[in-house]
Amino acid sequence: MEARAVIDIDKLNKSFGDNHVLKDFSMKLYKGENLVVLGKSGSGKSVLIKCIIGLMDPDSGTIKVLGEDISDYDRQQLDKMRVKVGFLFQSNALYDSMTVRENLEFPLRRHWMKETQERSEVDALVMDALEDVGLAHTVDMMPAELSGGMRKRIALARTLILKPEIILYDEPTTGLDPITGREISELILEVQEKYNASSIIISHDMNCISITSNRVVMLIDGKCYEEGAFSELRKSKDEKVRNFFISDSSIKDKKDENQTH
Amino acid sequence: MAGMFSILRKSEFLVEVGHIARFAARFFSEGFQPRYEFREFIRQCYWVGYKSLPLVGITAFIMGLVLTIQSRPTLVEFGAESMLPSMVAISLVREISPVITALICAGKIGSGMGAELGSMRVTEQIDAMEVSGTNPFKYLIVTRILATTLMLPVLSSLSNAIALYGGYLGVNIRGAVSWHLYWSQVFDALSYGDLVPSLVKTFFFGFAIGLIGCYKGYYSTKGTEGVGRSANSAVVVASLLVFIIDLIAVQITDLLNLT
Repeated sequence: MEARAVIDIDKLNKSFGDNHVLKDFSMKLYKGENLVVLGKSGSGKSVLIKCIIGLMDPDSGTIKVLGEDISDYDRQQLDKMRVKVGFLFQSNALYDSMTVRENLEFPLRRHWMKETQERSEVDALVMDALEDVGLAHTVDMMPAELSGGMRKRIALARTLILKPEIILYDEPTTGLDPITGREISELILEVQEKYNASSIIISHDMNCISITSNRVVMLIDGKCYEEGAFSELRKSKDEKVRNFFISDSSIKDKKDENQTH
Repeated sequence: MAGMFSILRKSEFLVEVGHIARFAARFFSEGFQPRYEFREFIRQCYWVGYKSLPLVGITAFIMGLVLTIQSRPTLVEFGAESMLPSMVAISLVREISPVITALICAGKIGSGMGAELGSMRVTEQIDAMEVSGTNPFKYLIVTRILATTLMLPVLSSLSNAIALYGGYLGVNIRGAVSWHLYWSQVFDALSYGDLVPSLVKTFFFGFAIGLIGCYKGYYSTKGTEGVGRSANSAVVVASLLVFIIDLIAVQITDLLNLT
């Protein structure tokens, strides 16, 4: 029996002027899967997930999220859908003028919390989400007081607070040092296991991809050029596919060379 | 070639005016439908009103004092020194105080809004709000425009009072006018025809400052450079609009024979 597709994209097109970013792009995300979308900068990866969450309107094609076509959704329908779909922004997008607690309460207030909701109940949810990312002690700090890695974790906690079924990650390790990047990648994996969430991860970071991915889709020339497990794609003979892994392997080769000397 | 550039520039200007008009229309269509963001509105009133008060107050005080000191020699020349409190009151209340308050707010609030919303745009905070189930236009824009529209008349009224107090001190630097005499001359000189149009135009000043600051910030692009540009052009356009609105308000007041 085939696994259930939680996101089903069919012949998606999106252009900006003469630049056709997505050309008849099709892809499926299955329940419980971590799918990595790999592609060059400007290839339309972020555009793809922004179309899924409804921040951008595609020119044509269909996007089904949890079985429902979102193409003609109005604002209210999109808001309902966004309870089930979390989004981790590349820049973290934490609200600078709010504390960590207020940042986490913000989506709760909007999507779920009633005016009469017990304060203790809200606090418990905030602390749970912060404990999941190991930053409970930062609850009353401002985003400006946090390091890059901590900000990423807080942004992830804010995404998790509504317990979404699907999480979209836009380059989650960009701008982080390799150790913090690895920690974030492992956290993504933990989150997937704990919440049984399905994820689409946009990334160039080979370490992140090797840790998090169950399947990799290569977005080249606006289309799904190749897909498969990370280990399979690394061995691919196709030049366009291999180009993505050359820098990664050449670094490893150089490392090995240095160690033997 | 030069003609073509001129047409292009003109069409860009008209497109910009069209966008601002559409932005204003969106404010009216979305601003009065639930859900209302009261908490954010109160927060913005605090920032726009209370936080601008020291700057507006100090400027108003100096403005009243300087106007009085500068006007005295001319009035003395015509033997009309006793008219000083009346002249200062009418000049301040009708024109100088509302316009200067609006220009200070265009600089402080307009640039602040342009920069804040611009940086929220480039750091994807506005998109994050959208994803969090919040209409960012209502939460960020409607609250800010309403706050400036309602707070500017309050600031302008306080500015009038402080500037007139500065005028009292200015009158007494070289002369001796009692507190009671000064204020009775001021109130004798002022009529509703001076106060009401002056107050009404500050609502429009506030609306224009909020609208332009928000518009420039909300549609900020091109990263940090764009944020700076948004803040800058918010101040320039809002200040220009203050003068244009003032010109229109003066013409209407004159046509209606209110003064």
